[in-house]
Amino acid sequence: MSKQEKEPLLSAKNIKLLREPLGSSNPITVQVLGICSALAVTVKLKPAIVMALSVVVVLAVSNVVISLLRKSVPQRIRIIVQLVVIATMVILVDEFLRAFAFDISKQLSVFVGLIITNCIIMGRLEAFALANKPWESFLDGLGNAAGYGWILIVVAFFREFLGSGTIMDYPVMEKLGLPTIGYENNGMMILPPMALITVGIIIWVQRSKNRDLIENN
Amino acid sequence: MKDFSNRYIFIFSVVMVAIVAALLSSAAMLLQPLQERNRVIEKKKNILASVRVEATKENAAELYEKVIESSMVLDKNGETVDNIDPFNIDLRAEQRKPLDQQNLPLFVAKPNDTLKVVIIPVEGRGLWGPIFGYISLEADMNTVYGVNFDHVSETPGLGAEINTSWFGEYFKGKKIFDGNRFVSIKVIKGGARDDDPHGVDAISGGTITSTGLEEMLYDCLVKYEKYFNKNRL
Repeated sequence: MSKQEKEPLLSAKNIKLLREPLGSSNPITVQVLGICSALAVTVKLKPAIVMALSVVVVLAVSNVVISLLRKSVPQRIRIIVQLVVIATMVILVDEFLRAFAFDISKQLSVFVGLIITNCIIMGRLEAFALANKPWESFLDGLGNAAGYGWILIVVAFFREFLGSGTIMDYPVMEKLGLPTIGYENNGMMILPPMALITVGIIIWVQRSKNRDLIENN
Repeated sequence: MKDFSNRYIFIFSVVMVAIVAALLSSAAMLLQPLQERNRVIEKKKNILASVRVEATKENAAELYEKVIESSMVLDKNGETVDNIDPFNIDLRAEQRKPLDQQNLPLFVAKPNDTLKVVIIPVEGRGLWGPIFGYISLEADMNTVYGVNFDHVSETPGLGAEINTSWFGEYFKGKKIFDGNRFVSIKVIKGGARDDDPHGVDAISGGTITSTGLEEMLYDCLVKYEKYFNKNRL
């Protein structure tokens, strides 16, 4: 080991691990994973941001834990081990939110618990952390969670802005005086289907810019 | 990844479960006092909001001491029941008991120097889950002074709007008695008439939550009817 040349912490390869999930291998827009929570928590910006941060913590730490255990986890029960690690992390995050950010935990209610079922997390553990070293796994976790998070935040921004006329609960439309000249909030933006359509538009924009992502049938 | 013996797998799982259990239970135990404190503060904030006193996380406990004058537990005949702490009554558990065994909490508040109001906690069912809140009545036990509602999982933008201040605004000044008859407050789809003393506008798109709220108010307030009649000024 000692004779092996040490790789710099942020080598080109490692930066790619961080950057790719933000764009060309984004978990939501390219792999289409984790859609369920993208629908549920994107009505308002604030819960979306907390959800994104929670997923960053859960995914980064779970990836490191699984990566550390990768040589001792028996092949036959690896899925269960992954689930136990994820569930533990999620419960810890939930308990911490309840103790230190009560208002937000009230808003997120069951969705924190549902991080357990977020396919992105198990997908990364199974596809990456089981075969890679802890540091790389950590970066991969950060990258993927951030890739998930920024989509969530963008979707939530448009849904809150157009659906409730606010940004971070600040009444933008009202301050602009739009309701007085007959502007009304689009109530449909609040309903889950519009999250799907917003994600669809992001996917459209992304693929029209990056044509490699378009599948050939 | 090599395959391990059954014995190894068994030991691995047992050790993993033990570690996880220890970790989670210690986290739960360490954080519990903080979580409990948050719950108490939240409850005090909600009670204060129903008498139009805005409290923050920091001053909720202090304001509660100042504004809430006394609290008591009543039975269905309006008599006080001793030795029960009204603040910690679990309303949903009470509602499952037969009526003559139910403990009905009531708080007396002085939101300003001249005014005395009673606060009644309410709890019922919305569309997706429980809805709950507090309603305060002026000394005539008839006029609504303020309300504060909240919910667990109503649809954001629709039923969830019951916890907004504009919805609470509708209730101010409404009457729960029509002459001597208890009528509670009706939530009216399509909007209540301006001069309707017992009706408020329903939330568009939140019909089931609105109806649930109306039922909650009726069911909870009717149990206090005897108390209201006895203590009316």
